[in-house]
Amino acid sequence: MVHPSMRLSRRSALLGLAASFTLGRASLAVAAAPTEKRFVVVLLRGALDGMGAVIPYGDSNLSTYRPELIPGAVGTQGGMLDLGGFYGLHPALAGFHQIYQAGELLPVHAVAGPYRIRSHFEAQDLMEYGSEHAMSSGWLNRVAEQMPTTSKTGTQTALSVGATLPLLLRGPAKVGSWLPKSFSRPEADLYARLQALHHADPVTGPALAEGLKERGFTDATLSGSAEQANKYAFQSLCASAGHLLAAADGPRLAALEIGGWDTHVGQKNRLGGALKPLGDGMTALKSALGDAWRQTVVLVMTEFGRTVRANGSGGTDHGTGTVAFIMGGAVAGGRVQANWPGLSSSNLFENRDLQPTADLRSVTKGILAHHFGLNTQALARIFPESERAAALGGLLRA
Amino acid sequence: MDTRTAHALIRFGLGRKGTEAPPSDMQAWLAAQLNAPDPVLSQPGATTLEGMLALQEQRNNKELRGEASPVRKIFRQEQVRYIDNLLTTDAPFRERLVAFWANHFTVSLKRGEVAAIVYPYIREAIRPHVTSRFVDMLQAVMRHPAMLLYLDNAQSFGPDSAVGKRQKKGLNENLARECLELHTVTPSSGYTQADVTAFANVLTGWSIELKMHPPGFVYRPFVHEPGTQIVMGQNFGEGQEAGIAALNWLGQHPSTYRNIATKLVRHFVADTPPPASVARVEAVLRETHGDLKAASLELTRLPDAWHPLTKLRGPVDYAVAVLRATGIQVDREKTTIPAQLAGLGQPLQTAPLPNGWPDTAADWAGSEAILRRIDWVYGLTARTQTMDPMEVATASLGPLLSPTTAEQIRLAGSRRDAMTLLLASPEFLRR
Repeated sequence: MVHPSMRLSRRSALLGLAASFTLGRASLAVAAAPTEKRFVVVLLRGALDGMGAVIPYGDSNLSTYRPELIPGAVGTQGGMLDLGGFYGLHPALAGFHQIYQAGELLPVHAVAGPYRIRSHFEAQDLMEYGSEHAMSSGWLNRVAEQMPTTSKTGTQTALSVGATLPLLLRGPAKVGSWLPKSFSRPEADLYARLQALHHADPVTGPALAEGLKERGFTDATLSGSAEQANKYAFQSLCASAGHLLAAADGPRLAALEIGGWDTHVGQKNRLGGALKPLGDGMTALKSALGDAWRQTVVLVMTEFGRTVRANGSGGTDHGTGTVAFIMGGAVAGGRVQANWPGLSSSNLFENRDLQPTADLRSVTKGILAHHFGLNTQALARIFPESERAAALGGLLRA
Repeated sequence: MDTRTAHALIRFGLGRKGTEAPPSDMQAWLAAQLNAPDPVLSQPGATTLEGMLALQEQRNNKELRGEASPVRKIFRQEQVRYIDNLLTTDAPFRERLVAFWANHFTVSLKRGEVAAIVYPYIREAIRPHVTSRFVDMLQAVMRHPAMLLYLDNAQSFGPDSAVGKRQKKGLNENLARECLELHTVTPSSGYTQADVTAFANVLTGWSIELKMHPPGFVYRPFVHEPGTQIVMGQNFGEGQEAGIAALNWLGQHPSTYRNIATKLVRHFVADTPPPASVARVEAVLRETHGDLKAASLELTRLPDAWHPLTKLRGPVDYAVAVLRATGIQVDREKTTIPAQLAGLGQPLQTAPLPNGWPDTAADWAGSEAILRRIDWVYGLTARTQTMDPMEVATASLGPLLSPTTAEQIRLAGSRRDAMTLLLASPEFLRR
């Protein structure tokens, strides 16, 4: 519980961080809960290519589908970072690899939500509802509701930071909000897509191209091959989240969002550009949490994966199975958790996507059961109609 | 929704409100708005007298500054009402015409202490005449305190008038010159400096009372230039009646009809007005002695007016269309929307000069201007998390949505990106 007086100081502390929250497509929301355990959910909006982030290089079929999207071999300069002999981490995820080597990172591969749709928005909604259909609250809000209330905690108060409250945290558990004042600006790739839309317009086309040039965007930044101006936004947001969660009177639940995953074109350059801030962000979060890292679990998830085959523009299209990451001091990591479905064409989902072999809800329930000691009934209230997706055991250390 | 419907909603209107049912017969819908009275005139609104009293009070008491200013209070209140009406009106064609005529007869906050009376000016001098005769609007505008303050006529003195001779004060030609150049006949009619001076003499004495009660328009005979004046070959005598007669003549002049026909066609049809379209509207004005309802309806019947997306929306039109399409609630009580419109380059009632806001794409498509629209909708669409971007796209643009934009919306990685792509697309920037 955040006491009213503390809430004020917390709020003023947050106001000092305003710049971080308005940059780019990263955002942070936090909520209080009556526990000392910390739980952070990172939403990767736009569909992460799971096989681009955690590459199953040991599957001999992989190179027949997407040779141009596989980084250099493990052990070579700028090559994949090994995850035990079959999987390799994308080289931009060096931050993750350090956590993996400390035994605190557990990638879970070939996962998907219970839905089989390829619309970003519908899938993101269902991922956040934690259901196969629309609900009145997000599952992380229901986690806060299911926490045992002690005499000390009273009514739950939460503070949301950022322009909007993600669906994930909406619902009956009380969440306040604070709106940054200044305009935020899109990142380079959204400008680039708008520039393409306007390209043929004799009036707005040249104006937009000129305007972007005046603002210092080069062709390289717009094509995603150069580092983006907002590259530190997510990292500083993660550091803010870590400091807030570490405080004795601070919030216990946090939702972070970061975009840039919708790699339909030129994935080779774009994916690294999106993964790098994610890895740096998690390093910053761990460092800001300090001792509280030991009591923290972070779940990184995305709405669905991408096609196994590269498309005609060096990218991948909307798919199904993908990867999720669990990390934190309490995580039984240093390995990859997967029931690998294989990549021969008969094993693919609809002959195009990685076949999911684990349900995201099973992963989440496994974390919640162990981390917060929530029982089956509580888990069923958080994820209704999820009987078939039983909690996965062994994700956290005993 | 067919192309004709989608087009009429943005060409002649302010953009569809959400998914409200579109009219079935567009021609009838447009005509009905002009046949019915202006709905705003039956709603509350500050009067010119109230505005003048506020200005009087503020002049008498210099302490009333900042938040205590009665002028600011009226301006803020009327600005909220004006914006609310733009976002909600069911007579958007009529409202577009109101904005067009208020811009033709610009009164701007840039000069002349007009803040308390600029909205009453629109309400009392513009709105009642949008579907009556042009000359009636001209007469109402030229004697309204807002115009007399904005273009300095309250400080114009006939050099041979009683006051002029005693105080050695002279003419201020500002109002007379702009009336000839911008409001009526334009320089193409061939008037000379002598005509401007003569017309300024005719208008001497048209002033405002700010000290006595009630404050407002006043004709001051002791300031009026004596003698007959010749304006563009016409003789006008003395007194207030001479001014009324001169405006009657200018307001029905063929050059005036050509001027306003050209401007109407530029606004509603194309940046380069097609001569055949101008000729048709001009002919209607001549035949009807300047009936603006007839001229406005003629605009809707021009074949040229039905070519979609030829016009780039000005910033206010654009912002209003975005807010109507999405239903996003932005704070109008304070300064949020006005500040955002200023950020987009078009603060309300603040045109830089008496010729008003420009009306072609070249004027509004500066590189930074287009980027600001993108950044604005990107900021705004942080609040659209529950909307279906394709639904908004279909509702607001119908068949005018290009396949390329539709594809980009489908491929977008988040709702916010999708909404930004839609609202900053080439077709949404146009009307």
